[in-house]
This record gives sequence, structure tokens and C-alpha cells, in this order.
Amino acid sequence: MSLALRLEHVSFAYAHGTPVLRDVELEVQRGEFVAIAGPNGGGKTTLLRLVLGLERPTSGRVEVPLHRYGYLPQRAQTGIDAPLTVRELVGVGRVPRTRLFGPLGHGDREAVREAIDRVGLTPQADRRLSTLSGGQQQRAFIAKALAGEPELLALDEPTTGVDIEAQEALAALLVRLRDELGMTILYVSHEFGAVEHFVQRIVLIRERVVFDGAPSALPGVWHDPSHVHA
Amino acid sequence: MLDLEFMRLAFGAGIVVGLLAPAVGFFLVQRRLSLIGDGIGHVAFAGVALGYLLDFPLVLTALVVSVAGALSIEGLRARRRTAGDQALALVFYTGIAGGVVLVSAAGALNVNLFQFLFGSILTVTRSDLFVIASLGAGALALIALLYRPLVAVVVDEEGARVAGLPVAPLNALTAALAAVTIALSMRVVGILLIAALMVLPVIAAARVAWSMRSTIVISMGIGLASVLTGITTAYYADLPPGGTTVLVAAAAVLVTETISVLRG
Repeated sequence: MSLALRLEHVSFAYAHGTPVLRDVELEVQRGEFVAIAGPNGGGKTTLLRLVLGLERPTSGRVEVPLHRYGYLPQRAQTGIDAPLTVRELVGVGRVPRTRLFGPLGHGDREAVREAIDRVGLTPQADRRLSTLSGGQQQRAFIAKALAGEPELLALDEPTTGVDIEAQEALAALLVRLRDELGMTILYVSHEFGAVEHFVQRIVLIRERVVFDGAPSALPGVWHDPSHVHA
Repeated sequence: MLDLEFMRLAFGAGIVVGLLAPAVGFFLVQRRLSLIGDGIGHVAFAGVALGYLLDFPLVLTALVVSVAGALSIEGLRARRRTAGDQALALVFYTGIAGGVVLVSAAGALNVNLFQFLFGSILTVTRSDLFVIASLGAGALALIALLYRPLVAVVVDEEGARVAGLPVAPLNALTAALAAVTIALSMRVVGILLIAALMVLPVIAAARVAWSMRSTIVISMGIGLASVLTGITTAYYADLPPGGTTVLVAAAAVLVTETISVLRG
């Protein structure tokens, strides 16, 4: 396995604020499926944003030798008023892999179709996003990320607002994508009970890395939600 | 009506602006920047005033000052130190205040500024039409060529940034296109009403469209129909063309909203 990302002595504080992350050390190999868990406000999202280059560390070093990222932000939504079809949304995800000028070529349209198919939304491809369920919308956003053929897929609280059935379907989909496409997956969630059954590794963040290992090695006390939210 | 050259020129300018304003406005509305057109319009007023002061072609000075104002708003917004509405307010009021001071300094307060504030499409000349048509066609061609990356930024700006798209230049381009549209549209609907022609057809189209692409196409159709209906109605009813055009666009919002409600 080769390196997907490395954080060395990374600390981060927002301007004039208290530190969010302190001296974080983390290394992830390509093809790993890693859950970043921990309490709200513990620094999980910030860590993800540092990896994606959306924030710069106050000190320390972030190294990501990958080139193509797919990002599913918290409560992913388009924020636009105009109607948007699934195919249009996924087409947006293909833009970084094409030339800037002109329409999508045949190969790119095929890649969009394939990304929609991978998440099981082919029957809904030309429907408006707003007419789909929360779980289907989530899968449409994953298809958008897949259309860019990412080496790293980063998901921030992807199960917020979707039912248990959709959460399990999402988990199964991600495992399949990792196996089929070999991408590295970072999955941020404050409820690690929802992810520990299908990831190989859990990293617990509370300003620092307080646990890093297989879910089975997680100390029993961490399974107590009151401990996590303390 | 079309026997009269000034009406043919008016329709020519109206067709370009009717198509261009909603096409640019689409990207502003989706980015929650519907009022940026008003802000740039007020900066354009300062540009007109500067033209009077320097005795330069007014459309040219309005164009240059508008683009500078639009890029300032975008620059302030992008640096995140200034919220979007605050950046807009800063440029908006600086523009109108600067315009008043410059017009006064040029001794042009007695000039009929109304033609720029509320439009004067019936005074469009052949050379005006040439400038409006060539710049308007260039702006529409640029939107068509860069449609996909412009949409990518509108749909998910942060995602576009993560994916490595040149987000800041694309946002600056949108702001510059808005400024060009406003400078070109001053004669058609006026500085105070141009933002309406950029925004209302888009709002109307979104009520009945079935996709993003159809929203843009329908909004351009509504923009074009509003201008043509507005000019024609104004001609026969002896009304101001700019205001009439905007009222037609507002009526289009009511009609599409009604259709949307009836459809459930």
C-alpha cells in the first residue's frame, strides 16, 4: 500500500479562537476506509477540511499525494433555487476531468451515466433532485463525486437526516465502491456506532487523536454515548 | 411601427438585452446575489457621471467603472472578511454618492440624467446598437462556452474548489459579465431597473422549468418576450419603455407562480 495522506504535528485554530486541533498525527494508506469519529466540536470536520486543502494548518504539515478528491459536505445540498436533475448534478462532478470549454464529450457523458448507475439511481436520472428522498439525494451527491473519478472520497456526516435503512444502504454502497474502485474513503461521523460495523479503522478525534485502530479494539467505555459527548 | 428606424434600433438593442440579462442573471440569482445588479447599477451611474466630467463616451466609462465595481464586490466577498451584503452595500452607496459628486463637479446636474436612470431605448443610435450587439453576442458566447464550469461553481462552490476548478476567476468572470450587461442595458431599461430584467425572468422560469438548462432557456425567452412586449406596449400606449418592460417581466412571475400553484 502507498500513502494517501499524512498529518504531522498538525494544529489548527480559527482566527482569534481557541485551538480546534492540537498536534494531530495521522497516516492513511491508499484504499483504506477510515471513520473519523468523535464529539461535535471535536475537530473532525476541520481535519477533513485540512486534508482537502480548504483550510491551512496553524502549525504542522499536511501531505496528500493524491490528485483527485470527491467531497460530500455536511447536509449536502445544492443551495440553488432552479430545478436540477440528477444527471445535471452528476455532470457537474465530471467538470474537473474535462476541458473547461464546450459541452461534455461522449466519453464524459458515459462516465456520468456510469456514476449514476453505480449508486442505483438510473431510473431517477432525469428526475429533479428535490423530488427524491433524503437517502436518494445523498446517493446522487456520491455519484457527483464519483463522476470525477476521485482517488480520495471524503464524506462529512453523510447520514445526517436520513433514515436507518438509507444509512445501511449507504454503508454497503461505500464498501462496494472501495472494493471495486480502490479509492481511499474518509467518513466523518459523530455517531461512530453507525460506522464501526463496516470500516476497517476508526480514528477518534477530540482536539487530538485519542484512539486509532480497528473498531474491535475500541475500549468499551467509548461505546457509551455519554462519554463521547462529555 | 417598424417603418421607423428608431423603433428598429430599439428592438435590436432590446433583443440583445432581453436575451443577455436573464442569462447572466441566472448565475447571480442562484448564488443569492440577486441584488448585485442594483449595486453595479449604482456604480454605473458613477461611470456615467465620470463620462460627463471627462467628456468621454458615457457607455465606455460606465462599462469600465461597472466592471471595476463588480470585481470589487466579488473581491471583498471572496476574502470572507466582508459578508456579501456588506460588500454590496459598500460599493452600492459609494457608487451613488460618487456619481452625485461627479455629476455636480461636471456641472451636469441639469442634464437629463433620467435617460440613464430609467432608460431611453428610443434614442439608441446605430453605433450604440453595434456596441450593444457585439459585446452582447460576445458575452452570450462566453456563457455558452463556459457553461459547465460556471454551473459547477453555482451548484457547489466548495466542491468545485476541492476539485481544483479555478473558482475565483470564474466568480470574477460572472461579476464582470453582470457589469457588462448593466452597462449595455442602461439605454434599454435604465440603471435603476436593469437588475429587474436580470432577476425577474429567472424567478419566473424556475417556477415552471424541469431542469437547470430549461430554467436558463425559459428565462431568456421570458426576458426577450418582456422587452418586445414592453417596447410595443410603450409605443402604442405612450408609456416609458423601461418601466413597461419590467412590469411585463413582473407579470410573468405572477403567471408562472399561478401555473406552479395550479399544478400543485
